[in-house]
Amino acid sequence: MSLLAKGILKGMAVTAKNFFQSYYRKERLPTVQYPEEKSTITPFTRNFPFLLYDGDDAVDGMRCTACTLCERACPPQCIYIIKDKDEKGKPILRPRIFDIDTSVCMSCQLCVEVCPYEAIRMDSAFELSNENRFEGLLINRGDLLKSNDYYHALNPVEARETDDRIAAKNALAEAKKKARQKKTRLAAAKAKRPPSRLKKSPPAREKPPQPEKSE
Amino acid sequence: MNNFFDLKLVELGRWIEAFFADFPSLKLVVHLLLCTLPLALSFMGAFAFTTWLERKGLARIQNRPGPNRVGIFGLLQPIADGIKMLIKEDIVPERSDKLFHFLAPIMLMIPALIGVGFLPLGDGLHALPLDSAIIFFFAISSLNTIAVFMAGWSSRNKYSLLGGMRAVAQMISYEIPLVLSAVAVIMIAGSLNAQEVVASQQISSWVGSGNILQEFFGRILGWNVFKPWGFAGFIFFFVAALAEANRSPFDLPEADSEIIAGHLTEYSGFKYAIFFMGEYISAFAIAGIGVTLFLGGWNGPVFSGLPWFVLKLFSLFAVMIWIRGTLPRLRVDQLMGYAWKFLFPLAILNIFLAGFYHFIERQWGTAIAMLAGWILGFGALQLAATALSRLNQSPIMRSKRVYQLVE
Repeated sequence: MSLLAKGILKGMAVTAKNFFQSYYRKERLPTVQYPEEKSTITPFTRNFPFLLYDGDDAVDGMRCTACTLCERACPPQCIYIIKDKDEKGKPILRPRIFDIDTSVCMSCQLCVEVCPYEAIRMDSAFELSNENRFEGLLINRGDLLKSNDYYHALNPVEARETDDRIAAKNALAEAKKKARQKKTRLAAAKAKRPPSRLKKSPPAREKPPQPEKSE
Repeated sequence: MNNFFDLKLVELGRWIEAFFADFPSLKLVVHLLLCTLPLALSFMGAFAFTTWLERKGLARIQNRPGPNRVGIFGLLQPIADGIKMLIKEDIVPERSDKLFHFLAPIMLMIPALIGVGFLPLGDGLHALPLDSAIIFFFAISSLNTIAVFMAGWSSRNKYSLLGGMRAVAQMISYEIPLVLSAVAVIMIAGSLNAQEVVASQQISSWVGSGNILQEFFGRILGWNVFKPWGFAGFIFFFVAALAEANRSPFDLPEADSEIIAGHLTEYSGFKYAIFFMGEYISAFAIAGIGVTLFLGGWNGPVFSGLPWFVLKLFSLFAVMIWIRGTLPRLRVDQLMGYAWKFLFPLAILNIFLAGFYHFIERQWGTAIAMLAGWILGFGALQLAATALSRLNQSPIMRSKRVYQLVE
């Protein structure tokens, strides 16, 4: 009997402690009143992908080359890409349409893992609800494009790492380009004839568009 | 200064009645309305406030903020709930006994409101000042059982019926320790009149003396809960009252993890609201009679009267909420065993202790009675409790438990 009474009193003491401490201790009342206040988001939060661009102009500075690796890697296939073409119908290394379906995306980050151009990253924005459940949830290129500064604000550590990697890649590409130019110049001098159209085009396709754009 | 509020309220009533002095029959109607309407309305208001209090209190115990959207601190939440309940569809099961399904909530509400009428809210604030108020109260409040069983039976639902059966078994069982612990008080007060029970809890030689200190303490120290038999009796009464009001940890009739909502399963909309209100008001009534019997009724050091009764009533209800936030629900056999094998014998013993105390007090004075009562009386109760719990243990339980999986 005394055991029972002791147990009850102990339990009452615990609940009383919880009751009173909830008025003055933060950890006793952890609820965040969502619409008025938002919980702090860590830099590692990931919810939905966005596209990165460098410089001021979103379309010109776009890092994406429409290689469709992310489109193929996406498990629920929520990415839809169509390559851009210029007036003559020649393909440009840039997506004309880049849509991601919010209602299908499962925030797996595989598109980020697979992208060779560091063009796609995960955003921590979570208020993606929309009044239109068809067009509203299909986010298009214009809304997906965010500047590099935005990425720096979102996750400074990772953004700096990405910048360093791109810079290193650019430097390497620059060095290679110089070497190749030197080589071709030597070869041209040797052959003493103008380089044919056929010979020139393959290096242009191989060459990553990054260096051109960042210049 | 004492009884200030009560006197003013009684004066107000007389003043209103005076307008109808020329029409005796109308005056009677007005008198009846003045006795009943404020009482019913204020207890319904108290019900609304208590639902808010309970939700807030439980929330804080569980480290949540509780309702905070409607009005400041969510104080208007009960109104929102009420509107929601009103506009909900009233579903009656097709094969239910429709008449009794309809009558059950009303049947619960009526005895609850009558029971409230027996409470002496203050000096002269007494809707039904009968000479046998206490016994009448217990008689009326046991009608709850019928209402709950009516609801359980008429719903034609197995869960409802189980809930109703449980409610009947529980309420009838716990009525016995409830009344027996009240018997001690009635015995000492020598009256069934609620006002006289309250008056018996003042130290009469001190109250009228004019000495401020004696006036102050004369209205506190006389409470039955400060006497050894009264303290024990209050605990028995409170436990039994929890069971009688179907409140946690004795809320087996509504055990949602076992039988959905018991007798409330098939109720919706306004009938559910009425049922809910009835249960709360009967809980109020039983807490109020507990205040009257053990906590000195409307006696208080200053402003003796209605404010003190309200304060005590809400503190008692706060303890009920606190208990609801703490204790898990009992098992059915534990519940019945606790009433019959434990509370019942102890409540009977407590009657004898009260007699013993009274005898000593008369013979040798209060001081020796207190000493003897606290030491001998509690010794006897402790002995009896230990003996009972030993006796109640099953043979398996008496040997030490061996846990095989836990290191």
